[in-house]
Amino acid sequence: MSAQCSLCRIALEDVSVVRGGQTPLQDVSMHIHCGQLTVLIGQNGAGKTTLIRSLLGEIPHGGAIRHVDDEGREVPRLRTGYVPQHLLFDKEMPVTVEDFLAAAFSRRPVWTGVSHKTREKVQSALAAVDGAELARRPLGRCSGGEIQRVLLALAIHPTPDLLVLDEPVSGVDQNGLKMFLDTVMRLKEQHHMAILLVSHDLNLVRQYADHVALLDKSVLIQGTPDAVYASPEFQMIFGVGARNLHSTRIHGAGRWTPRVSSEPTEEEVNE
Amino acid sequence: MQTIYAIIEFLLPFEAFEWTFMKNALLAILLLTPLLALLGTMAVNQQMAFFSDALGHSALTGIGLGIVLGLSSDLLAMLVFGVVWAILICRIKQTGAASTDTVISVFSSTSVAAGLLILSRGGGFAKYSSLLVGDVLAVTPQDLLWLLIALVCGVILWAAMYNQLLLSSINPALSRTRGIRVKLVECAFVVLVAVAVMLSIKWVGVMLINALLILPAAAARNVARSSRQHAVISVVLALLCGFAGLVSSYAWDTTVGAAIVLWAAACYFISLGLRRFIR
Repeated sequence: MSAQCSLCRIALEDVSVVRGGQTPLQDVSMHIHCGQLTVLIGQNGAGKTTLIRSLLGEIPHGGAIRHVDDEGREVPRLRTGYVPQHLLFDKEMPVTVEDFLAAAFSRRPVWTGVSHKTREKVQSALAAVDGAELARRPLGRCSGGEIQRVLLALAIHPTPDLLVLDEPVSGVDQNGLKMFLDTVMRLKEQHHMAILLVSHDLNLVRQYADHVALLDKSVLIQGTPDAVYASPEFQMIFGVGARNLHSTRIHGAGRWTPRVSSEPTEEEVNE
Repeated sequence: MQTIYAIIEFLLPFEAFEWTFMKNALLAILLLTPLLALLGTMAVNQQMAFFSDALGHSALTGIGLGIVLGLSSDLLAMLVFGVVWAILICRIKQTGAASTDTVISVFSSTSVAAGLLILSRGGGFAKYSSLLVGDVLAVTPQDLLWLLIALVCGVILWAAMYNQLLLSSINPALSRTRGIRVKLVECAFVVLVAVAVMLSIKWVGVMLINALLILPAAAARNVARSSRQHAVISVVLALLCGFAGLVSSYAWDTTVGAAIVLWAAACYFISLGLRRFIR
């Protein structure tokens, strides 16, 4: 492990999931450290979404997920912040970004209006993700990248122990994605939180990740991005050509992604 | 009651409101439309128009069962059956066993058929036909008190569940990570809609109740940008249409419910035209 490895971590120990006679996850063991960006990569159906749902407590799992603090003590509570893959909602819904965040931050029903105090809270939450101008905009009028930032603002209030970002790359252009990840990196430094990102963008993973785990039902290999990308396991999953992605990528050619966009995502298959 | 009547006569010095039944009807409309209009905003956002329609139809079965079981109160029978029916549909919807609109259609047809079967036994359905169109002119001061209580309780419950419901409707998984019990909130909403619908059905009728829930909220949605605008415009439209419907039905000598619904429908089509300029 690297020098920045601290005791504070979310430890997955032999996490398995059995559903409908299948085993989408088997004996997954890995540490998600505080102050690090851990990236989960793997092909469709490798169990990435299943792992996230286990972490969020959405589906029952075997094994253990433990939260350990800086002193090495086990903390019973794990507060997770979650940025879902996409927001499938009715775009015509008359709900502004401020309504959406205020509904989460305050008990006062937003149809009665938003109090001064809540409004300030919403503003500061949006400012933290460079989205201050979004408050009055209807949610359905936001672009994919803007929605990701709104969701991020929501996920980090209150500050979570573990921030889970489920592939915030889909429907977001390269600029929006970089901006999003830069914000995530800044939050990582500021709050020293553990961040788990599911990504298909192998280039960006290499640039941003502190720790990479390659998943195919269980963790095939994990370590620094360079170590994982050079491994035979990585080449077995993504092909030999993938290891040189970063150096050979032509500027402006878009990102290389092993996923065929017309295929249903794992999440859609599961639901 | 006399004071309220005096106020109405003072504010509305028209021939129509010299009648006590018109004053009672006006009060009933002012009490029952706002709650339906508020609940409607979420019903429209969650695409539950068909669901609430099915719920209204289940009132027939409720009354039928009440008669079979020998219950003295129609309302109690409707309420109990409506709530049970609502929870059933909600649970089946949540298990995702079949397509939602198919499930709702099955429930709707079943309840209508069962209701008709029971109520038409011995060829006597005609005496229940008032249920289909309702009669707000028959409302009594006693009924008004109940409607007032229902309005106050309904708005309080609605205020308590709204934020959680809004988040759940946008993303259930996200809401769960924030400690919201999504399924419970959804069911609570459905039960609240069921109760509001059952309490209003005697006055508005099975066939038109859904329009009062959906139309003002649907019209408001076309022009609103925020949750607050949606709620406020929906309630204002419902009150205005209720008033206009009552007055025009008096002038045209028609049933009140249908007049209210037609006004609301007119508002919907106007809002559809305005939508491009406003939103």
